[in-house]
Amino acid sequence: MPREIPVNFSLAGQNVDYTIKRPILNLNFFGMTVRRDFELRQGLDIQGGMQVVLRADTSKVDESDKAAALESAKQVIQRRVDLFGVSEPVIQTSRVGKDDRIIVELAGVNDINQALQLIGTTAQLDFRLQDASPSADATQSAVAFMSQFKPTGLTGKDLKRSTVQYDPGTAEPQVAMEFNPEGTTKFAAITKAHTGEVLAIFLDNYPVSLPRIGDPIVDGRAVISGQFTLDQAKELNIQLNAGALPVPIQVIEQRNIGASLGKEAVEKSIFAGLIGLGCVITFMIAYYGWQGVLASISLVIYAVFTIAIYKLFNITLTLPGIAGLILSIGMAVDSNILIFERMKEELRTGQPFERAMELGFKRAWDSIKDANLMTIFTALVLINPLDLQFLNTSGLVRGFGITLLIGVLTSLFTGLVVTRTLMRLFLNEPVRSVSTVHRVIKAAKGTK
Amino acid sequence: MQQFSFMRFRWLYFALSAVVIIPGLICLALFGLQLSIDFTGGSLLELRYQQNEPAVTVGRQQLQHLAGDTVNLTSLQASGTNQAIIRMSQISNEDKEGLIKKLAPHFKVVEELRFESVGPTLGRELFQKTLVAVLIVSIGIILYVGRQFHSVKYGICAILAMFHDSVVLVGMFAVFGKFFGAEVDVLFMTALLTTLSFSVHDTIVVFDRIRENTRKHPSADFQTVLDASVLETLGRSVNNSMTIIIMLLVLVLLGGDSIRWFGVALLVGAVTGTFSSTFTAAPLLLVWDDVARLLKARK
Repeated sequence: MPREIPVNFSLAGQNVDYTIKRPILNLNFFGMTVRRDFELRQGLDIQGGMQVVLRADTSKVDESDKAAALESAKQVIQRRVDLFGVSEPVIQTSRVGKDDRIIVELAGVNDINQALQLIGTTAQLDFRLQDASPSADATQSAVAFMSQFKPTGLTGKDLKRSTVQYDPGTAEPQVAMEFNPEGTTKFAAITKAHTGEVLAIFLDNYPVSLPRIGDPIVDGRAVISGQFTLDQAKELNIQLNAGALPVPIQVIEQRNIGASLGKEAVEKSIFAGLIGLGCVITFMIAYYGWQGVLASISLVIYAVFTIAIYKLFNITLTLPGIAGLILSIGMAVDSNILIFERMKEELRTGQPFERAMELGFKRAWDSIKDANLMTIFTALVLINPLDLQFLNTSGLVRGFGITLLIGVLTSLFTGLVVTRTLMRLFLNEPVRSVSTVHRVIKAAKGTK
Repeated sequence: MQQFSFMRFRWLYFALSAVVIIPGLICLALFGLQLSIDFTGGSLLELRYQQNEPAVTVGRQQLQHLAGDTVNLTSLQASGTNQAIIRMSQISNEDKEGLIKKLAPHFKVVEELRFESVGPTLGRELFQKTLVAVLIVSIGIILYVGRQFHSVKYGICAILAMFHDSVVLVGMFAVFGKFFGAEVDVLFMTALLTTLSFSVHDTIVVFDRIRENTRKHPSADFQTVLDASVLETLGRSVNNSMTIIIMLLVLVLLGGDSIRWFGVALLVGAVTGTFSSTFTAAPLLLVWDDVARLLKARK
């Protein structure tokens, strides 16, 4: 996005030097945040990814426990997603009427199917004991093999967490498990009664590990060791952590966006925005002459400001957001036009230029304020900052609302402060002031 | 110099609005709006494919045949070169994978660009939410205009202009929907809300001027005041809209497919919003005055 700057400069003609200084000043002012990286945070629709809305079936949970059940489901999903290595995943819970929902947004995820499987499965982790004396055909058929394991009642719900660590003695990777109090009791009972037997770990009825119980464990802390490679240990850790969801979930909405679609659209939109900006600047200069040049400089500063603000507040840019930005550039000129037209009128009534300018700004301000107030209000309804349940929470709509709001607020600032300062600067410069004033007056009069 | 009288042609402006609105309303009544899956629920799959040689074309019937019973197609639409959007009843991710697999032998490459699947409850919910948003914005605008002008006349005329703009936009999309497959989705509703604020934004500038001039020239006839005010604000109105229209037009023409209709909706809103301030709201004030005078005379 900041590449916009040089393009504008060349269009602004002889004001190149002046324009370059401004954005640099701004960037220094905002300090490290802006300078550190210029990449704006991209929304799901731009970098591609997946959004799913899951309905958590909490009908079998007591009313008082519903919130907790939903929260813990969210945490399980959070853990699964973290393991998947997505940067900045968004996981939210929401209650709409009687529906409990979990919204998951994974930006930039490559394998959507795998991610969906990871999130969506109500994976059931449990521990099963292997029969002490396996039957002869257990090695022959899968069914017979599976049937030799008996559930123990110890499940993923009892597991607090697991981690990969290294055996202090042999430096081999191993997986440590920690149970919650309930799990600790169950685990202690099982390990006492079945020391030396195999306590298999099943994920979705499929054995993922067959550790043997070494000693009775009463403190709820167990270590699975074996001939693990680091990757194997990690994988087992993921499977343990993925755990079981406390409530069944169901996908009720899903949006996958391929990365290529968003990338093309962004390139096109930014290109369109630059062309549009060029057209608007040409139009303003052609119509308002010198004032148009000032307004254009103000517009360029506006664009730089806006992007600095996106960065500062870590705004996620979406495609509708870019549309909002493009729209707000068109609207940003409005306050300048209102002021210029007012100035022209004051000049026509015979006011001296400087006074006409101040009057123009003052009189136009009322209209500008009134007119923009409703746009700000609408933008706020779209953004829904209070997360009101009866209003939308769609990221696309919000993205548009946010850029529109920032655009309107920034345009008030640049239109009133920056353009005004630029015009005063022009006037107060002692050597050139006379000729400049005359030129501006001539330009202002000549156009009508 | 004789000043040009805008208000003399007020019926022409109303007629112009009618020319745009009536076909839209007819389309709306006959065909309704093309609601997107955001509102109706269902699934949408956008694919990019590469043709085999010789090229195969798969029509909707054939596609339905290929897809089998799990998928119930509602439409098949080209979305660019070698790209197609398939709309269907709501399917799961697995069903979608199955569908892509079934298509694979017929084309060289099938790439999934976008897959959206919305449950019917969510669609209904979103519909309610957008209605609430439209209501809130409308009420906010009505309250604001009422407070700003302390006058029922100005308030109602501003709101009629706003209503005019919404009808134009919705009507146009009924037409676009019928003939170009434009969909009414959540972004359209966003554009509609933006149009409402656009409309009132412009109207306020014009009305502010009318009020100022009424105060400045208390003896002048209302029509003259309106003419003068419209003339004074027209330059600003047109220029301001020009810049917005330039930006949106470029966005519509160059800015890719995914937000094209959103751009179109904003563009239509910007144009009608500007038009209605000068050519609907202001003349309506005059009509209001005329009607009030007639009523008084009759009494």
